[in-house]
Amino acid sequence: MSEELQSREREGVIHPEVRARSDESERGPDGQRLQHAEAASKPIRADAPREPQPRGAKVKGNRPIDQAEAAERFLAAPLHQKAHDERLWDVRKKRDTAAHGIPEWEELREIASQIKAHTLTHLDTYLEQFEAAAKANGVHVHWAEDGAAHNRIVLDILQKHGAKSLVKSKSMLTEECGFRHFMAANGIDIIETDLGERIQQLDDEEPSHVVMPAVHKTRLDVADVFARTLGTDPDNDDAHYLAESQRETTRPLILKADAGLTGCNFAIAETGTVVTCTNEGNADLSGNVPPLQIHSIGIEKIVPKVEHLGVFIRLLSRSALGSPITQYTSHFRGPRPGTEMHMVLVDNGRSERLGMEEFWTSLKCIRCGACMNTCPVYRRSGGLSYGATYSGPIGLIIDPTFNKRKYSTLPFSSTMNGSCTNVCPVKINIHEQIFAWRKVLAEEHQIPLLKQGMMKAAGAVLSRPAAYRAAIGAADSALRVLPRFAVYNPANTWGKKREMPHAPRQSFHAWYRQNRMNKDGQS
Amino acid sequence: MSAREAIFARLKANRPAGDYPLPAVPDFAPLVGDDLVAEFAERLARMGGRVERAGSPADPFAPVRSRLAGAAVIASAVPEFTGNRDLRAAQRPQDMADVDVAIVRARFGVAETGSVLFTQDDLIVNAVAYLAQHLIVLLDPADLLTNIQAAYRRPEFGRSAYAVLHTGPSATADIEGVLIHGAQGVRSLTVLLLQRKIQAA
Ligand code: SF4
Repeated sequence: MSEELQSREREGVIHPEVRARSDESERGPDGQRLQHAEAASKPIRADAPREPQPRGAKVKGNRPIDQAEAAERFLAAPLHQKAHDERLWDVRKKRDTAAHGIPEWEELREIASQIKAHTLTHLDTYLEQFEAAAKANGVHVHWAEDGAAHNRIVLDILQKHGAKSLVKSKSMLTEECGFRHFMAANGIDIIETDLGERIQQLDDEEPSHVVMPAVHKTRLDVADVFARTLGTDPDNDDAHYLAESQRETTRPLILKADAGLTGCNFAIAETGTVVTCTNEGNADLSGNVPPLQIHSIGIEKIVPKVEHLGVFIRLLSRSALGSPITQYTSHFRGPRPGTEMHMVLVDNGRSERLGMEEFWTSLKCIRCGACMNTCPVYRRSGGLSYGATYSGPIGLIIDPTFNKRKYSTLPFSSTMNGSCTNVCPVKINIHEQIFAWRKVLAEEHQIPLLKQGMMKAAGAVLSRPAAYRAAIGAADSALRVLPRFAVYNPANTWGKKREMPHAPRQSFHAWYRQNRMNKDGQS
Repeated sequence: MSAREAIFARLKANRPAGDYPLPAVPDFAPLVGDDLVAEFAERLARMGGRVERAGSPADPFAPVRSRLAGAAVIASAVPEFTGNRDLRAAQRPQDMADVDVAIVRARFGVAETGSVLFTQDDLIVNAVAYLAQHLIVLLDPADLLTNIQAAYRRPEFGRSAYAVLHTGPSATADIEGVLIHGAQGVRSLTVLLLQRKIQAA
């Protein structure tokens, strides 16, 4: 083995084609390499030469998304695919290290899950409490039944203030609402202030990941986009140069924006507070600089009390990126003197989802992205291949609630390895819900004939939920005990022409401990 | 029916069956040792920040002297230092756009994470903590809390119009995981350990 390969081995790089070249990441006062925020724990660099960025799924109206087709194109772009896989697996490993550093991690997950279950089953009470507190704080509270209503409400607020430009921080809710497109059509300038989201906006592409919107792009892609849109040097792909160019061009837009909008990670019922978690401080710029301030809130974001943040804040960034906390945890409660603060509470299908017996717990999601980072399908196909606002395992179980036909094929883009369920900080039974969706969609004839054939083959097992519940109950053993059809059936996109992805080292060790060490009397 | 009424009607109709009580959150043992200052400094360093002990009583700002000497515009929110940009006289947050260094005092610090808390009262103009190029934070070592759980028991969150935990400087790694400080907000954050002046009661 060459020395270079050996050093890769040492660094745990899984793809030899991904280069561990120079390391440009920031260092601490004593020279140690820093890994906070969404930083990679080791230098990860897609190899030159340039390779065109694979684009996302072809969306044709209401027709079912062909995730497999887009995934094939991602796989056919090896530089992108490998850097993507490498990067997300690295984030996943950082998450494991962070989680193992907390003895009460499993207890925290259980408590977080229970707090969410309690709040969701008493959502009317807590929303009323939130609304009353917000009003008492001098906030204007609005209610939107769907995305279109959200957009109209915000437009109305902007028009009343004669506002023509709006800076915003990252918000999956506004992606759900098609906010940017609506505002563009209404003559309002929207400026994304998160670097990753800004890259995606300038490239006229949706975010591919809930936490790292441009994670599917290499630095060469970013250099291309910025050269085209910001006038940077197309041959300069230095990450610092690119980030600084974005800072310098966005700052004036923030300073002269008429309004600012943020999303919401947590909404505190007892105090009427909106909490945002960012690394860049862009939510704080959006909320604190322009004279008009708007917060868009999904109604499922409510938690009862401030003390509950002590649970969720400890889980969120560790699950998402492996860092103990985001650089900024911001608590917006009332307007600044002389300005207006608006909060828009948005349903957009959430109250309906609450009534779906098998799927309502998906509302517990805190959008950490851990299930995406750990998912072998997601890592190898990219978020854009799902052709939906939410990608990866969480996408598979909530996208069909928005449009059963369009997203009918997504629940099949899973190896059912259960890894998503294992990492979810609020303990959503993601892979069981994926199974349940397959059944629902088959029964409602929402899935194409080919895939229905597969469902028939599934017959007995699928018609007896308890049976496959038992079969997948122990996530570590899912791959061994799953009926073969569910994994290798030719109609299953992810059995097709592919070996199952290597089981993560982690679960191999778990398997080894359970199956071998006992026998040897070692554990 | 208003949107609000429609949403509430659906929430009531669709409420999942079963009993889901609100769990009590136990008091978890802090994951930091007794030397909170050392723990805080170590965690903050890993998040990209720096901690300095104040200089002599005659010159407490000595450790950050070079940062201050290089700054044309300094906005100070603390009585210990007089800057040349008056935060209280600011008409608009945008007036802080050219600030090189902002000096603010933290309400408290959190050893478990290396975080510091500011409220709207501490910052005077919230935006200065993001528009400034560099942030210098005064922190009384006596104001260090053990962990995030302890932080969320403090009254500031229920009282302040705006409260924010800063943990190091603004950061991004959105381009290939390369960590960069100063994504949109401050490029550096330095905590200067300096006791509060005893306040007259
Ligand atoms: S489903 Fe769980 S793991 Fe996935 S994004 Fe939501 S909270 Fe995170």
